[in-house]
Parts: sequence; C-alpha cells; structure tokens
Amino acid sequence: MAKIFEVENLKVHFKLKGTFGSQKKTVKAVDGISFSIDEGEVFSLVGESGSGKTTTGKALLQLVPYTCEKMLFKGEVIENSKVGLKNFRQKAQMIYQDPYQSLNPRNEILDIVSEPLIVNKLTESEEDRLERSRIALEEAGMAPGEDYFFRYPYELSGGQRQRVVIASSMIMKPDFVVADEPVSMLDASIRTGILRLMMKFREETGVSYLFITHDLSLAWLISDKIAIMYLGKIMEIGNSDIIIKGAVHPYTKALVEIMPKPGQARLGERNVLEGETPDPTDVVEGCKFCSRCPVHMDKCAIEEPPMIEVEPGHQVACWRAMK
Amino acid sequence: MKLLEVKNLKTYFTIKQGTVKAVDGISFDLDYGEALGLVGESGCGKTTSALSIAHILPKEGEIVDGEILLEGVDLAKMSEKEISKYRWNDVSICFQGAMNALNPVMKIGEQIAEAVMLHQGLHEKKALEKAASLLELVDIPGERINNYPHEFSGGMKQRVMIAMALACDPKIMIGDEPTTALDVMVQAQILNLIEKLRSEFNMGFILITHDLSLLAETCDKIAVMYAGKIVEIARSQDIFEHTSHPYTDKLIKCFPDVTKGKLMPEGIPGTPPNMLEIPLGCPFAPRCEQVCNKCRQVAPELTEVGNEHFVSCHNWEVIANG
Repeated sequence: MAKIFEVENLKVHFKLKGTFGSQKKTVKAVDGISFSIDEGEVFSLVGESGSGKTTTGKALLQLVPYTCEKMLFKGEVIENSKVGLKNFRQKAQMIYQDPYQSLNPRNEILDIVSEPLIVNKLTESEEDRLERSRIALEEAGMAPGEDYFFRYPYELSGGQRQRVVIASSMIMKPDFVVADEPVSMLDASIRTGILRLMMKFREETGVSYLFITHDLSLAWLISDKIAIMYLGKIMEIGNSDIIIKGAVHPYTKALVEIMPKPGQARLGERNVLEGETPDPTDVVEGCKFCSRCPVHMDKCAIEEPPMIEVEPGHQVACWRAMK
Repeated sequence: MKLLEVKNLKTYFTIKQGTVKAVDGISFDLDYGEALGLVGESGCGKTTSALSIAHILPKEGEIVDGEILLEGVDLAKMSEKEISKYRWNDVSICFQGAMNALNPVMKIGEQIAEAVMLHQGLHEKKALEKAASLLELVDIPGERINNYPHEFSGGMKQRVMIAMALACDPKIMIGDEPTTALDVMVQAQILNLIEKLRSEFNMGFILITHDLSLLAETCDKIAVMYAGKIVEIARSQDIFEHTSHPYTDKLIKCFPDVTKGKLMPEGIPGTPPNMLEIPLGCPFAPRCEQVCNKCRQVAPELTEVGNEHFVSCHNWEVIANG
C-alpha cells in the first residue's frame, strides 16, 4: 500500500537557556523514532504527557525544527521553501485538543471556517466562499450551515466547537491530519459523535490520521496501528489488537493492565509501575524505560535496545524480546 | 446507623435569569468504609451535590430542602458557625486540578499545617510535624514539607491534596474528579492510594467523575445523575449487569470495551436540558429512544426494581430485559 508518511530516525531536541549561570540543558523531546503511515490509515501515538507525542505530530507538520535521516510525504521530500511549505500545508492539517482555546473568540464561525481558503487564495468570489463554508459545516454535522455563520464560538457547546475546528481543517480536503487529543476535553456522550465524524471523513476522502491520545482503549477502538511512546522513544508498534492482546514490551503490558475495563471489578491492587518518568533533560544511558521496568536486566542500563520485528508489522524495542 | 444519609436534597442557584435547580431532590446513603460513585455529564449536578454536603456552595447557591444526616446529625440546616465544627473534621473534599489548587508561593507543609491549625487548634510546630506525617501517609518523604508546589510533579501535587483532605481524620472524603487531569499510570497510583487509605481508616468515600469505566473497579455503589436528579442507583455490578435506565445504558456504551469487539459507540444524541427551563415530564425524554407519551407528561419517581437497585424510568423493564 502507498505510504502517506515515512519517517526514519526523527529527532527533535530543544536547547534550554541556562538561567542564572546554570548549565545549558537539552530536552530530547523526540529522540530517534521511525515509523510509516499508510494512506487512509489511522495511526495512533499513545503515551504519558511528556513522552513526545505532540512534538512528533508538530514535526511531521513542519512546525518545529527537527533532524532526521528520511522524511517522505507521499513518497517525496517536503520542500523547505515558502512555496513548498505552503503547498504541503494545504494537504496536511491539524486538529487541536482544546476547542475552547483553539478558536479565536472574536471571529465569527464563517471567518474561522473559511480562513484557510482566504489564506491560500483558493476562493474567487464571496458566493463561493459562503457555499464552501456551508458545505464544510454541514459535512461536520452542523446543519443548516448558514445558521452558524454569524455566531461566535462562545455561543456553541464544546462538541459544536470541535466540529467547527474539524470543518475548518477539512475544508482544504487534506490528505493527512494530525488530531492531537481531539476528544479528551469532551463529555463521553459527545466524544463518539466527533470520532464518528472523523471516521466518516476517512471513508469519504481517504484521509490518513495521526491520532494522538493518552487513552489506550480509545486508540484501540479507532486505529489500525498503535505506537507506544515513552520519553521520546517508540517502545512498541503493532496493529491495535496485537497491542492490546499480545503486547511484548513491559511498558505496553503495564499500560494494558491498568486500563479500566467498564463493568469489571478489579481483584486486588492495580499493578502500577514504581517511580516516575525521568526528567527529559537527564541523560539516560541504555533503555529509557529501564529505571521503571519490572523485568530489567544489567544490559538494559548500558546499551539501548534496537527496534526489532517480532512478527510482521509488530516491532518492539526491548532486550527481552530478542531471541 | 449509617455514616451519611442524604434525603431529598435540593440545592438551587438564584441567578439573574432565574432559578437553576442544580440538585433537585437526591437521596442516597453511605456506610463506613464504603465507596459511592457519582457519575454523569457536565452540568448534571455532581459537584453541586458534593459542595452541598460540605457546605461550601458559592453565594448564589442555597440548600432549599432536604436533610444531610451525618451520623444522625443534620448538616443541611446548620449555620456557618455550627457547620465549621464538622467541615474538614468530618467531611473533606479533594478537588479536581491539583495543578491549580495549591498556593504557588507557600510551602507545601505550611499549606497542610494551615488546615490542621485552623480545625484542630494545634500550634505551628505541632501542625508542621503532623503535616510531615501526613505526607508520609501518601508516600511522599516527610522532609519535603519545605518544598514549594512547583518542585512537585502532577501526581505528587494530587497526593498533597489528598494529604490535606486527610489532615483532620475525616469520616467522609469526597474526591471531585481527583484523577481527571493525570496520566493513566499516575491515575492508577492515586486510586490505589485512596483505596488503601479508605480501608485503613474505614472512611466513607464519594468519587465524582464523568468516567464511568473507572467506577466498577473503584466503587461499591454507583449513582447516575442527570439534570439534577439521580436516575439510577445500585451496587456497581448491578449497574453494569442489570442496567435499567436508558441513560445509564447509553452512557455505558460510550466507553470502548477491549474485551468485546470493535464497535463504534452510538453516543447520546442531543444535549442535556437547559437547567433554567427543565421540561415537564422526564428530563431525559427528548434524548430517549424508549420515550412514550407518559414520559413527556409525568416525571418518573425513583422506584426499587431489585435489591438496593433504584431506577426512575417508566419503561425500565424494556431496558432491563434487553
């Protein structure tokens, strides 16, 4: 299948200025990850806060400086010129987490939805702009569209706001969308409507999603492939059922084990990992997960495990997985 | 005698546009060492119920009717002066968003000691010693009382909030979305901690959350709230296995279950009613698939349908029988 994105050894390092003469530090937000996303696929990045999920999404959209061995969008290198980036950004869009903050409170819905058309000079006449905004809103489940044109974001509920955000991303008919926790701010009853909407767009237009979430059960529900991130590294990649039912990496196993299952009582204590995630400015030798791993070996603290394929499409970075 | 009995509690807010019946006649009870989960969408009255029990309502809010019996003593009609004897000593709250609930320019120890000094009249030195031992209780080294909140991670701040809630050995602790802003692993740590403390002190615990998937493994009883009323209350297992209210049924189906097949949940169409003009009849009727003429005219009463299982729905049998 054709790939929409291919990434090899992506790194995003932020240099922190030393304050009051203290030592300069580097935050390795993303530290060498490789993956590929097929066309029309939903690819989920799951991990705790600070694991580098959002930074990865931003790097793919060329929003933060990064280094890598290879990054191909639809098989081609993304041109790093003004025109090249403009063309790329028409095809790749982002949906942010918090619809209460990602909409300009002083803009009317019509202006928010049609802004991409104006910025990219894609609309010739006012009628065309209105018509396309109306269609975009109605496709996002806000019918009749013209009723919402002259409202302000504060007049809409959280779910409606997120629909406006989606309408303004989808009006460009993108090939690739980064959805950064698109439902985590919404009530459970509204969540499913937004997810269904995203899946409807995938069926109709073949758009691929990079879905960023901390909720493993949600990732399982909607995605084809899941990558588990920890401290800037991918620990395990596999199709969603393998991650839930046949995980190999101890971190993935721990996440699956503590996942609440509706309607099921728990016998005894939750099996939580000891300690906390190390500071991302600390230099960690060997495997990044070593300090919290329940089954770590001496080797883990010295040498970093490579990503190996345990079965087709299922990759793990753990010494224990080596035969 | 039960630890807590809430009978027909009504809390209304008077605002410019009219009266909001945020909590409109809820009843439940809680035993020693028992955990009750209050669940529902935003604006259903979960937090207002908690604030009413602890008497910390904002000034627009007022308990207009009902009883809150704590070991037989009615808290509902007490004056500000009378209630201060019980608040925090017997009933404490652990709030949502630990990131913002602590004072950033005050040392952790002083913030905990403040509660101890105010409610138990200890001197500062004694109070700080107590603060240190409380931190130990929530698995934070006692010497960290001299740290400021910014030196703590999110999970540790939430544990400080729990320590603060435990400061006066309360009989009931209320957790208002105590793990919502936290990572899954930290959430599991906090829930483990709360369960340990609950059994250690035989404390009653009320967990307020919108995440129904958490409740089965955390609580003994679950109360589902909608538009200021309890629509279904039962033992946790019964809520899931003998679901009898259409709202509960829909809400459960909103959460993906990895033990079953991948089915995109249906969601609940529509939005909760405007609390200023709650329609005649059942408040859930406009969003309900089992709606009948009676539902639109007569609000259903909470009726017992099984052992300790109460539902307010005219057509509960349809749901209960699948």
